[in-house]
Amino acid sequence: MKITVKLFAGFRNDRFKVDDLEFPENATVADVLGALKINEPELGVAMINGRHVAKDQVLKGGETLSLFPKVGGG
Amino acid sequence: MNKIYRVNMKDLTCKIEEVPAAWAGLGGRGLTSTIVAAEVPPTCHPLGPNNKLVFAPGLLAGTAASQSGRMSAGAKSPLTGTIKESNAGGTSAQSFAKLGIKAMIIEGQPAEGKLYELHVNNDGVTFHDASALKGKQNFDVVDAMNAKYSPKIGVVTIGVPGEERMKAANISVKDPDQKLRSHGRGGLGAVMGSKGVKVITIDDSAGSKVEIADPEKFRAAAKVFAKAMLDHPVTGEGLPIYGTTVLINIINEAGGLPTKNFRYGTCEHHDKVSGETLHDVIAGRGGSTKHGCHPGCIIQCSQVYVDENKEYITSGFEYETIWGLGINCMIEDLDDCARIDNAMDNIGIDSIEGAVILGTAMEAGMIPWGDGKECLRVMNEEIGKATPFGRILGNGTKSVGDAYGLTRVAVVKGQAIPAYDPRTIKGIGVTYAMSTMGADHTAGYAIATNILQVGGHVDPLKKDGQVELSRNLCIATAAVDSTGMCIFVAFPALDIAECLPSLIDMINARYGINLSGDDVTELGKTIMKTEKAFNDAAGFSKADDRLPEFFEYEPLPPHNLVWDFTGEELDEFWNF
Repeated sequence: MKITVKLFAGFRNDRFKVDDLEFPENATVADVLGALKINEPELGVAMINGRHVAKDQVLKGGETLSLFPKVGGG
Repeated sequence: MNKIYRVNMKDLTCKIEEVPAAWAGLGGRGLTSTIVAAEVPPTCHPLGPNNKLVFAPGLLAGTAASQSGRMSAGAKSPLTGTIKESNAGGTSAQSFAKLGIKAMIIEGQPAEGKLYELHVNNDGVTFHDASALKGKQNFDVVDAMNAKYSPKIGVVTIGVPGEERMKAANISVKDPDQKLRSHGRGGLGAVMGSKGVKVITIDDSAGSKVEIADPEKFRAAAKVFAKAMLDHPVTGEGLPIYGTTVLINIINEAGGLPTKNFRYGTCEHHDKVSGETLHDVIAGRGGSTKHGCHPGCIIQCSQVYVDENKEYITSGFEYETIWGLGINCMIEDLDDCARIDNAMDNIGIDSIEGAVILGTAMEAGMIPWGDGKECLRVMNEEIGKATPFGRILGNGTKSVGDAYGLTRVAVVKGQAIPAYDPRTIKGIGVTYAMSTMGADHTAGYAIATNILQVGGHVDPLKKDGQVELSRNLCIATAAVDSTGMCIFVAFPALDIAECLPSLIDMINARYGINLSGDDVTELGKTIMKTEKAFNDAAGFSKADDRLPEFFEYEPLPPHNLVWDFTGEELDEFWNF
């Protein structure tokens, strides 16, 4: 299934800004992190279609998954 | 810090007073709000003789504690009519600490039209005719004071909007690089102008190191505290590399980035003005991606933005300003945004209020959407020169809305709503509504928990838990604002167990006292209740603790939510 993955801040280094990637059925957010060689503790926020999700969230295919390291400001 | 400088602008005198026992344990916002509440009649005109402008460094100012160099300014705000505290970096807090000044209270008013320089040193304050500076903007004032004294002189200044008592005028403070930091919000520059004070110069050369009651304990605690700053990914990595503007993309993804004057929650061109882009532009041009607003800052979230020829354009170019110009006004060119930011520094306009003013003027059809060049002209030639149109704008977002008959006017208690839409980030909406100072994200930064998942997670799209979240953050922030610490210490404090105890240990070691965590929470509560009592006596009521009505009937795409808290739900905020 196809997932549009958007990466931000330091996650873009040596990777990409946005890409359509193929994953097996029932892949989770954690599986995407693994495929991108992002250590799970580095994850700050994961969002699917603009809503926060946990790392064990199962993907259905066709979503936009946005991944952020721990960032802040204000 | 054992002296109060009481400056009377009517008879041009300065009395040096001892610190009353009741004020001894207070600093920063805790002290400015206590003094304003005790000495300013709540119903007074903010620009009249009975208002007072108070400066107070935080409890840890002048020590080796990292992040401790913020100065608080307080008064009754002409913009909101409420009590106000606004803190800034720069060098003034550490200079006051070296001189032993716990607070400087400026009261009274001189004969009409007279402008003065207040020169502060170890002996008190002297008064100098500043009529030659009339009509000068901030960078010229800094140059003039550097030439008069030396580049080491501390400078606190207002531009023309402050002189002309416009409600969006800020107070600017010289930073370690001869540029400016701002007591931005609430129009305190107008209060300074109403006192006839064009500039305050600070000579700390006869000052001394601040005394530490238990130096060994202080050193140990300061080390733990600094380590927490460097270890936390937000303060140790994210902020120094990308600055606060890293938020553009995450708030956009969350659907809470107010776009085209709060019409939409996402913006198509967001990445043109994102933190990632800002970093790449600065690094590519040879500017500086890291910069501290005050000596002793180890987070270094600020930066120096240069043009293609490496010429300085601006510094301290923050998320809220870039959001306000780049997204809310639809100005896609980062260089244009930077030049407007620099113009706001120069003329002395709050860069949050200023950006929302421009967006509201666009709403009114007075400036084309996205026209950065016209915005720069309006800043310099209209607001900066106090033309009739400039005065409508310079008096704030609400003033623009009133003048042009608008309903989509993003203010609470007259102060512009900053860079997070309350319809989809509901915790921050509670803070905007309930803050004692009008819409202010820093009063209780629910973004941390709603969006960034620092200190847990409360779903931003739902009402559940938001009032409690905002209340707890507001109480904690009131306490942190009293230490003189940068608000970003909250990120490690929310996640790293040793951080907050080490901050309290530093205060205890500095003063030889024994505060507990509970005492600090109580201090936060007391400060908030003191501020609310002032507002109540000034005529504010529950009806003022509400968001503008348009948020209730205009759903915000993409989540298509409205602001749906009842008054009773919001009023629970004060149940502590």
